Amino acid sequence: MEGLLPELEVIRKDFPILERTLAGGMPLVYLDSANTSQKPQVVIDTMVDHLERHNANIARAMHQLGAESTEAFETARDKVAAFLGAPERDEVIFTKNASEALNLAATTLGLRGELQIGEGDEILITEMEHHSNIVPWQMLAERTGARLRWFGLTDDGRLDLSNVDELVNERTKVVSLTWVSNMLGTINPVADIARRAHSVGAIVMVDASQAAPQLPIDLAAMPVEERPDLLAFTGHKVVGPTGIGVLWGARAVLEALPPFLGGGEMIETVRMEGSTYAGIPHKFEAGTPPIVEAIGLGAAVEYLGHVGLDAVHLHEQTITAYALEGLQTVPGLTVLGPLDAASRGGAISFELEGVHPHDIAQVLDSRGVAVRAGHHCAKPAHARFGVQSSTRMSSYLYTTPGEIDALIEALHHTRSYFKVG
Amino acid sequence: MTAQDLDALYQEIILDHYKNPHGKGLREPHEAEVHHVNPTCGDEVTLRVHLAEGRVEDVSYDSLGCSISQASASVLHDLLVGKSLDDAMAIHQDFLTLMQGKGLVEPDEDVLEDAIAFAGVAKFPARVKCALLSWMAWKDATAQAIAGGENQ
Repeated sequence: MEGLLPELEVIRKDFPILERTLAGGMPLVYLDSANTSQKPQVVIDTMVDHLERHNANIARAMHQLGAESTEAFETARDKVAAFLGAPERDEVIFTKNASEALNLAATTLGLRGELQIGEGDEILITEMEHHSNIVPWQMLAERTGARLRWFGLTDDGRLDLSNVDELVNERTKVVSLTWVSNMLGTINPVADIARRAHSVGAIVMVDASQAAPQLPIDLAAMPVEERPDLLAFTGHKVVGPTGIGVLWGARAVLEALPPFLGGGEMIETVRMEGSTYAGIPHKFEAGTPPIVEAIGLGAAVEYLGHVGLDAVHLHEQTITAYALEGLQTVPGLTVLGPLDAASRGGAISFELEGVHPHDIAQVLDSRGVAVRAGHHCAKPAHARFGVQSSTRMSSYLYTTPGEIDALIEALHHTRSYFKVG
Repeated sequence: MTAQDLDALYQEIILDHYKNPHGKGLREPHEAEVHHVNPTCGDEVTLRVHLAEGRVEDVSYDSLGCSISQASASVLHDLLVGKSLDDAMAIHQDFLTLMQGKGLVEPDEDVLEDAIAFAGVAKFPARVKCALLSWMAWKDATAQAIAGGENQ
């Protein structure tokens, strides 16, 4: 099959979990990578090696281990900066996940400072956001009296831009949207929206949780008017560990935002009367960070860099096209979101008439096929399409066409198990 | 999970109740109505109770969800309507004990009737909440109906 990663079998060997079998001797067919990705041996080894040989707190331990640990942590920041094509490495802030990165932005934009949002201002999001890119903005609106608005969706699962001129206006202070939908798979025109938002002086935040794993990102190469000002992603979806996420922000914006959490490491000096703060990135990294997780993330993005994000993207598109084709052979199955692989990511949500997603996932599990069932933390997007929940398959760089065949076969089996049709 | 486990989970009785739920639809009269949601999967139930002279006169419900949650609401209707409140509470407790028993509790068929089919569900922690959704809603609604009656 043209477009698959040329060394797919070698790649699969990098992920030890793919070798295991499940109850009943079933081989694992892992199609839940949009939920969390599996980890290559190099990430596991890097983390174990750090804990076994270099463990110490960073930036404060005046001994050899402290220096090694600090070096490894800061090198991880360099690797993440390279992964994003960040204009500056100090613009990379480590957080605990994408939710924390989004909350950092939404919280500090409500604090006193030159970017403070207040009554009469507007916050613009979209109806296809993950709850983590909805709730923090609702909270910001509640705290500040600003108005929350959103782009609706078209029937085929894209952003409805018909009222963009009304939605993006001189009152718009921040526009936050996902690059790739975790439910519909849609890839959004981030550059176009950023250009419009910037023309009215708004700050643009992008949730790249689903984009970072599969799209090549080169922030420095983007024209500045099309480049987001803030971007969030999480480590565990890019073959890294849980407990680590990233907020990238343009220096000028990060410097204009007040600190988020106060504490150790984020200060310049502390007196009882008041404190002054460290420069970025440390200003936003209070307390001992998840050190080994950051180092694991560094190894993860370096691994993806070696495989090549262009190749990963092509692989995902190829698998997605093959899956969309296969899903259409299942009677009563409806895909939610765009039907052409070129304009979507590798997560495909669907409904199967007569069988609830929970039950589908359960029968698939008995065949070793792991998918997600539920609202995928995108309840408004589900409500938009009049469905309460859906089943989602999501592939990644280690997914084979054979695994898609296993999914389709298991879906046919599900229909007969529940005696549908 | 093996094919055998799957069959233990999806007993024919459960699939029958799922396909043909008993007592579904909201009815009058009722003394209390509650809406319960399972936040992890989004399954929901709106449930009404009608009590009279210490008896469960009716339980009516409207629900959205998986086969387990739908079948369990149907079985609840069969088991509790027409019972004295004391008996209904005792059956509720037995069902709760069965579902929280991790598959180790031997159900009493004389008390639980079709609900013994849910014994297999108790082995799947992720699905226990599905089976309990309407039962928890019933308990909540009944408590409200009783409290409302006492206040009058």
